[in-house]
Amino acid sequence: MSDAEPRKDGEPGQRVAAFPGDLPVDFELAQSHKLSQKEYDFLCQSLGRTPSYSELGVASVMWSEHCSYKSSRVHLKRLPTEGELVIQGPGENAGVVDIGDGFAAVFKMESHNHPSYIEPYQGAATGVGGILRDVFTMGARPVAALNSLRFGRPDHPKTPSLVRGVVAGIGGYGNCFGVPTVGGEVQFDESYDGNILVNAFVCGVARTDRIFYGKAGEAGNPILYVGAKTGRDGIHGATMASDEFTEEGPSQRPTVQVGDPFLGKLLVEACLEIFGEDLLIGIQDMGAAGLTSSSVEMAGRGDAGVEIDLDLVPRRAAGLTPYELLLSESQERMLLVAKPGCEARVLEICDKWDIDAAVIGKVTDTGRWVIKATPDYDPTVDDVAPGPPITVCDLPVAVLTDEAPKYDRPQATDESLAGLHAFDVSTLGVPTDWARELLALLASPNVGSRRWIWRQYDHIVRGGTGVRPGSDAGVVRVKCERDGKAVDKHLAFSVDCNGRFVQLDARIGGAMAVAEVCRNLACAGARPIGVTDCLNFGNPENPPVMRQFSEAVDGIADACRALDAPIVGGNVSLYNETDGRAILPTPTVAAVGLISDEKSIVRSFFTADVTILMLGEAAGAGLGGSEWVHQKTGKVVGPAPQIDLEAEVRLQHLLVALAEQGAVTSMHDLSEGGLLVALAECCTGVGDETPIGVTSGMVGATVDVPSASPEVLVGEAPSRVIVGTADPDRVEELARAAGVPVRRLGRTGGDELVVRAGENEVCRVPLVEAQRARESCLEPIVGA
Amino acid sequence: MRAAVVLFPGSNADTEMVHALGDITGSPTSLVWHKDAGLPTGTDLVAIPGGFSYGDYLRPGAIARAGAIVTAVRAHAERGGLVLGVCNGFQVLTEIGLLPGALVRNSHLRFECRDVFVRVAAAGPFTENVGRVLRLPIAHAEGRYHADEETRARLRDEGRIAFQYCDEAGSLDPDANPNGSLDSIAGVYGGPRGNVLGLMPHPERASEPFVGGDDGRSLFDTAIRWHEKKSRAA
Repeated sequence: MSDAEPRKDGEPGQRVAAFPGDLPVDFELAQSHKLSQKEYDFLCQSLGRTPSYSELGVASVMWSEHCSYKSSRVHLKRLPTEGELVIQGPGENAGVVDIGDGFAAVFKMESHNHPSYIEPYQGAATGVGGILRDVFTMGARPVAALNSLRFGRPDHPKTPSLVRGVVAGIGGYGNCFGVPTVGGEVQFDESYDGNILVNAFVCGVARTDRIFYGKAGEAGNPILYVGAKTGRDGIHGATMASDEFTEEGPSQRPTVQVGDPFLGKLLVEACLEIFGEDLLIGIQDMGAAGLTSSSVEMAGRGDAGVEIDLDLVPRRAAGLTPYELLLSESQERMLLVAKPGCEARVLEICDKWDIDAAVIGKVTDTGRWVIKATPDYDPTVDDVAPGPPITVCDLPVAVLTDEAPKYDRPQATDESLAGLHAFDVSTLGVPTDWARELLALLASPNVGSRRWIWRQYDHIVRGGTGVRPGSDAGVVRVKCERDGKAVDKHLAFSVDCNGRFVQLDARIGGAMAVAEVCRNLACAGARPIGVTDCLNFGNPENPPVMRQFSEAVDGIADACRALDAPIVGGNVSLYNETDGRAILPTPTVAAVGLISDEKSIVRSFFTADVTILMLGEAAGAGLGGSEWVHQKTGKVVGPAPQIDLEAEVRLQHLLVALAEQGAVTSMHDLSEGGLLVALAECCTGVGDETPIGVTSGMVGATVDVPSASPEVLVGEAPSRVIVGTADPDRVEELARAAGVPVRRLGRTGGDELVVRAGENEVCRVPLVEAQRARESCLEPIVGA
Repeated sequence: MRAAVVLFPGSNADTEMVHALGDITGSPTSLVWHKDAGLPTGTDLVAIPGGFSYGDYLRPGAIARAGAIVTAVRAHAERGGLVLGVCNGFQVLTEIGLLPGALVRNSHLRFECRDVFVRVAAAGPFTENVGRVLRLPIAHAEGRYHADEETRARLRDEGRIAFQYCDEAGSLDPDANPNGSLDSIAGVYGGPRGNVLGLMPHPERASEPFVGGDDGRSLFDTAIRWHEKKSRAA
């Protein structure tokens, strides 16, 4: 329960009347709304009476894990959220970071896991639609999208249709809306068999003097409803997000929302036009829990109250009850608070874009959330209301927001961890045919080319994509013009998480996720300016899961502090488990970076006839939780991973300096599959971008390694980067001055990847074979 | 050359079209909303950008009912004015009858965004060197060019097949055809003087080295030269 004592309602609240068709409210009904006895008692006490049916529905969604963060709030406080450039941290629709010259990057990542498992296309599409609205709500034009996906094991019977549906859904929304999807990541693991993850990220750019917040302002301000008409879709989507799945499965299809990207596109254009005219006090996207959460959140941020007349809400279904209108999650809807007298102009702009809009209520100073509706009146059928509206909800706003339940749930160590750590990787021996090992790794669905996926996303719409998917970070040029001054901003984006490392050590794994996304940015020549996260975990009522969550938060905080990359927003998705089995802990992290100028942009791929250097050195063998060990054992086992955050910071600063000084031709970090895979990617990755049948552009390499051991060749220790350079002496000098270990590996050239250890040739792989293996990695799942 | 970029409600490739015409080739470029009464005075080139105009609800005739601007574009084309439709803009031109044929779902049924090669198959206001191979990006789910045999024979005979998908060397390899277009057709000329061009690849997204290539710029530069020649002649 909340720290605060339940607040007795000053007024008896008898004014709230039952609406025709309301179910009688008792604890049993509250239980079916997933409220605990304590929560139900708190609600009754706060009101001084039994809640109405609509009020019960409203409290259940506002207090759901999804909306209230009741299990996670106490931990999220430990994340660093402030920084010199931060204009808006967590708590708004999206985070806002200054990028100079009067412009700001506005970004956030959100999960849409449960809906995407039930209905992959619509679930993923509306996930993208929702995060797009979160960003343009703040006044920003969306300029880039990314996504992080997790599916079950490749041979699970459901995996192919889930992959196809989710990818098509993400493309279906983003492509039509017109936002380039410039990056992402995908992993497969049996822990996601019954609970996939779909995390969508969007970044927009806004003028710093035109950033809009979800606030209500003064009493008397008009409240407007803008966008799609309300239907029955998505009712209780927010509470569903806190359900575990069972194998009997998806009878929950009606709760999945249906997206309309065309309307989403009209909505963004209308909103951006409204923003340009200074007509608004505040604006809020109707996301999870729709009209309810948007109006409650707006009132809550301003200590205001609201009064809404549901009779005025545009609707597309007949016979909608107040309960349904309040809880519908119909997509493409916004709630606006206009400056008094500006309503007419807002309505006029909406009319230009052919979207519905209506004044549905006003801001009050009562601190109460008051909802009215007329019994036996359906505006889709009746011309006139048969009588005056009655009050169907009258709740103190604070009960739904600040005073909402929150928990510091018990934690416990996962007893199975010690056993996982005890696995002796030396028992796997040392392979003799490393070419075969490399090709097997490249053909793994967790490692190979993702182009089957990102070719279904329009990654170049708007004409500003400078680095396409497949490199360490996507790079987008944004043309910014203000007060007659035009300037190009180059933003870099990356998203990452290795749940296996988090499984083996939640704190280190959380830190590694942040370190890797920021390292990806640095490899593109960008400095991180802010981070957003989606914390996907199992059931928080399970103490070892709660411990994982808490430690991962600490790890993320450690790395964000070290790398000076504040968390400016994100979300939490709990109860990701099926039949009591949790997913791999997956705290997905996305980062935005700023590149000083166009000339500093670096890609991952080798160019011909340059020297190859390795920057950084391994902290530990890096075999625990590695792809290679997983291929050999089918398990996530081995020693806990390690990271030296100070060394990581030195490395990343060096990478940006090398990019800015034009000292390198390519930079690529080591991750899944370690050195061998990273080299193969440097050689062949460019092939992902070329038209069918073109192999020109790929560049071979010959390198020397200290030994042909698994830790050297396939260990995944972090903080290491392969660079190509025409001036190795200069890079070595800069590395030494920066305190970063540096070693010459070899030269680029030819059409093979050749790796030698002393006198011995470790492997020799023709690039066409390596590329074929990479390209085939998703074939077992989605076909050739 | 004065350009006007026509915005339909779901146009989303207007930014890069305006950038290619205005910033890169220096043509004064204005935006025209589909509800506007007509084209700006002195418009020489009308560009219809990519996007999803009218969302998934695109049906033959849906655009034609949309407003005065379509009438104005048709009149501009009939006077011999330049019209360029890219991607969804090509679809719009076939819908309103300015170009023959139709663009239907890709043979592999997916949206696909990647670079392809096309060869210039006919000279015209936007193309000079027949046989030249350009690397341009595509980004569409419905780009498979379809027309009956008789129409395609006429297009061939009249030299109105503007672009065909090909491999790097310019051969019409079926594997290089990304969407199953008949006769590998990627773009078609129409209008009384071959002044209307529709194509599925995006030249405006390949008009500067920053985005990975500038092969697409040749279409805009050629159109400018064609227009200047025509103006001098007049």
